Amino acid sequence: MDDIVILPLDVIGWSVQFWIVLGAAGLLLQRVPRLINDVIFPLSALVSLSLAAAGLWALAVAPGVMVLPLGLPDLPFHLRLDPLSGIFLILLGGASFGVSLYSAGYFKSMAGGTLGLLCLQYHLFLVGMTLVLLADDAYMFMVAWEAMALASYFLVTTDHSIPDIRKAGYLYLLIAHVGAIAILLSFGVMQGGNGIAAYTFDAMRSAHLDPFWSSAAFLLALFGFGAKAGVLPMHVWLPEAHPAAPSPVSALMSGVMLKTAIYGILRVTFDLLDTQLWWWGVLALGLGLLTAVFGVMFAAVQGDMKRLLAYSSIENIGLLLVGIGLTIIFHVYGKDALAALALTATLYHSLNHAMFKSLLFIGTGSILHATGERNMGRLGGLIRRMPWAAALMLVGVLAISGLPPLNGFVSEWLLLQAFLLSPGLPNSYINMLVPVAAAVIALAAALAAYVMVKFYGVIFLGQPREHALEHAHDADIWERIGMGWLALACVVLGLAPVFVVGQLDHVSQMLLGAQLGNAAGNWVFLAPVDTERASYSPLYFLLAVLGVMLLASVLVRHLYHGRVRRSDPWDCGFPAQTARMQDTAEGFGQPIRRIFEPFFKIEREVPSPFDTHPRYHGQSDDRLWYILYLPVKHLTEKLSSLAGMLQHGRIHLYLTYTFVTLVVLLVFV
Amino acid sequence: MMAEYDLIFAILFQLAQLLLVVLLAPLLSGWVNQCQAWLQNRSGAGVLQPYRVLRKLFHKDAVIAHNASPLFRVTPYIVFGCMWLAAAIIPIIAVDLPFSQAADVIALVGVFALARVFISLAAMDIGTAFGSLGARREMLVSFLAEPALLMVLFTASMISHSTQLPRIVDTLAHHQFVLYPSLAFAALAFVIVLLAENARIPVDNPGTHLELTMIHEAMILEYSARHLALIEWASSLKLFAYISIGIALFLPHGIAEVGNWAGLPLAILLLLLKLMLAGAGLAVLETVMAKMRIFRAPEFLGTAFLLAVLGLLIHFLLGA
Repeated sequence: MDDIVILPLDVIGWSVQFWIVLGAAGLLLQRVPRLINDVIFPLSALVSLSLAAAGLWALAVAPGVMVLPLGLPDLPFHLRLDPLSGIFLILLGGASFGVSLYSAGYFKSMAGGTLGLLCLQYHLFLVGMTLVLLADDAYMFMVAWEAMALASYFLVTTDHSIPDIRKAGYLYLLIAHVGAIAILLSFGVMQGGNGIAAYTFDAMRSAHLDPFWSSAAFLLALFGFGAKAGVLPMHVWLPEAHPAAPSPVSALMSGVMLKTAIYGILRVTFDLLDTQLWWWGVLALGLGLLTAVFGVMFAAVQGDMKRLLAYSSIENIGLLLVGIGLTIIFHVYGKDALAALALTATLYHSLNHAMFKSLLFIGTGSILHATGERNMGRLGGLIRRMPWAAALMLVGVLAISGLPPLNGFVSEWLLLQAFLLSPGLPNSYINMLVPVAAAVIALAAALAAYVMVKFYGVIFLGQPREHALEHAHDADIWERIGMGWLALACVVLGLAPVFVVGQLDHVSQMLLGAQLGNAAGNWVFLAPVDTERASYSPLYFLLAVLGVMLLASVLVRHLYHGRVRRSDPWDCGFPAQTARMQDTAEGFGQPIRRIFEPFFKIEREVPSPFDTHPRYHGQSDDRLWYILYLPVKHLTEKLSSLAGMLQHGRIHLYLTYTFVTLVVLLVFV
Repeated sequence: MMAEYDLIFAILFQLAQLLLVVLLAPLLSGWVNQCQAWLQNRSGAGVLQPYRVLRKLFHKDAVIAHNASPLFRVTPYIVFGCMWLAAAIIPIIAVDLPFSQAADVIALVGVFALARVFISLAAMDIGTAFGSLGARREMLVSFLAEPALLMVLFTASMISHSTQLPRIVDTLAHHQFVLYPSLAFAALAFVIVLLAENARIPVDNPGTHLELTMIHEAMILEYSARHLALIEWASSLKLFAYISIGIALFLPHGIAEVGNWAGLPLAILLLLLKLMLAGAGLAVLETVMAKMRIFRAPEFLGTAFLLAVLGLLIHFLLGA
């Protein structure tokens, strides 16, 4: 009897099939929503875990390949599992494990029919994302990509009775498809006119394109994947679609789906195209910086908690694009060790963002359920009503602010190290760009902390701004487990960077032929290039901070006393405190709005001093929407109204058109 | 065997510096205040006044608002721990500090950021008007000051090809005396950052309780007794840490080399001299300047940021 060899790809195949079965079961079980919540979502989470394990396993073994006899005749689906796919599968599995567990609690209040359909779409969405990561031919990739886009569209429009949500969904679908067309064209260019046999990625890898066509393929891919990721100026759908979707779906879209676009850019740039040009890197770097600063600036002035997180996702995508740009630049100039550093920073940040952004998004879901409010101006003081959610989200907030010893800091540290190591590039223009870029990254990171203090402070701290908040309830047990998992992931990714970097090295080896390695030679110290240059040990850092804190508290209590008296707040002796005297979200963001005023389109209605019922209204809008999108919209509307002149709905008119067309064609041909 | 002894000595030395900074920091604050008093023709309370204040505060009962959350109570310890650690990892007497391997300059900026985020959150916890006002202003000041500080440190890192503080200081201290043009810009930027981050005139006024102008004081209004004492001590440590960074980057000469135990007494003497000079300089700066409106502060800090980037750019262009 032959030994049965199980490969990672088999595990993933079973997982995908199991997910499809679970989704279908959800649809069938819609009369017993309790089963969907208590059985299907936890099972789905286990499947996520197996997917992540298979991804981790795939890093160490040779790439697995599989041909599925599905699809069109003579066009089978090709699958391939290599380290790049593996890392993103870990990301997908790790984040969706937490989100699925959370969903088991979150969707309890939903009606059975909607829940069954949502369960199906949720699992199709997961399957779509998995297949995008595994696809090894253009056909399969596009099918999976579209499945992912459509499933997420239906998920975004779950509450389709609300017109604004339908509108948000439409905008999302539109931009997703403009992007998909660009991706398809990019594959077409890489196929290089070699006929239908060249639609596999393998054929594209071996094809050699001249610089013009390579650049065309890269630009189309950057545009197409950028539209999905929310890169400027295709970011407009993100702040609309993310708040519209149910929170676990927002978490998956922001945490995982945006990363599939990053995966796509990496796959096309480093795997499918055989040469890269330096100006691609500069373009990606520039776009990334713009996106990062734009995203964080707009996040600072938002009043809706989910919109704030959506803009923060735009910022993080910008940082990832900066990392990709640096990788391209270093790789082109033959500095592959540095390219590996930049790539590691990019991949690390992808993982981190998947964890903390999913955590924060599902956290907003618990707040939404507890209070029915997305507007931060009507929240406040929830740390006392929702201690679990508050504690777990604090981890996410600290991580996303890039504070040591959590995970956000590690990727930021690696990225800044990549900048610091950059002198010595042969191109002096790039050498001048690098310090400016590092400065902009530092600025964006500092602003991100501002945004997150605002987010956490306004929602959780202070006094409740509405009476209804007194009755807010904490997250339920499933929700706590889901959030706890993601918070744990943030801590572990922060404390064990040496292990993570070791795994990411498999990807660097595959894409760049170089590894980052660890010069320190032990698992405590992370030292990417050499120990003299830079090293960082989050574990010692944490121990030192905790040590001095403990020492201080023990000494203070031992030498003096621990007596505490409770009283009313002091507030400079001001007696009449109300909750309305605290900063609202708008108030906290006001300095940023004032400093960066030219970037916002601000509408203000300020009451006159004599108003008996003063109302203040302020709104900061995106100028790009008015400059880029509205003209296109007006043009489309004008063209379609012109086309409407032809349409009268009378059959003889259409017959006349057909006749005239035929005559004209006959004359020409 | 020799290497092991070196490591043990280095760890002992690290612990000694930990102890030294925490005891010395209030003295530096007292010295700055005393210098200011002299410049204002007052006799002043003496350099030991901060210790007396700390002792008084530690003896009192802590009074906490009814609705204060655990975050509010744990923050003073976190802030104190962070600042203590920050002050202890900057090489000012000798360059072998083993903990510097665990936390480099980027992590140092991270420690400051960690403390700042916690104290801002704690300020918003009670939900008073002044608390959130202070938190907002603190974050406003820091979102420009932090990248400026990072750029200053990067300039020094570029020169020494390392982000590790001992290596940076070693390189800067033991080269023959050259004036780096990039460091000149960085020094200017650093002074502005130091003033802003330590709540000094012209950005903030440490002596104020005038409600509309305060930043740092507004954040800690609700704290009392031991919590307030820890925060005040942490402020002293922060000032000490910033002045130490300044000394380490711009005046590192005379620091003891690795394993040079005989050079320690001289190094300590020199350090005390430098600290006294820096404290007096700070007092003079604060006396000759006036507090600016809060919305001038971003411009002031923007200048620091641009100067720091310019310094880094000059290093990239000239290689010096």
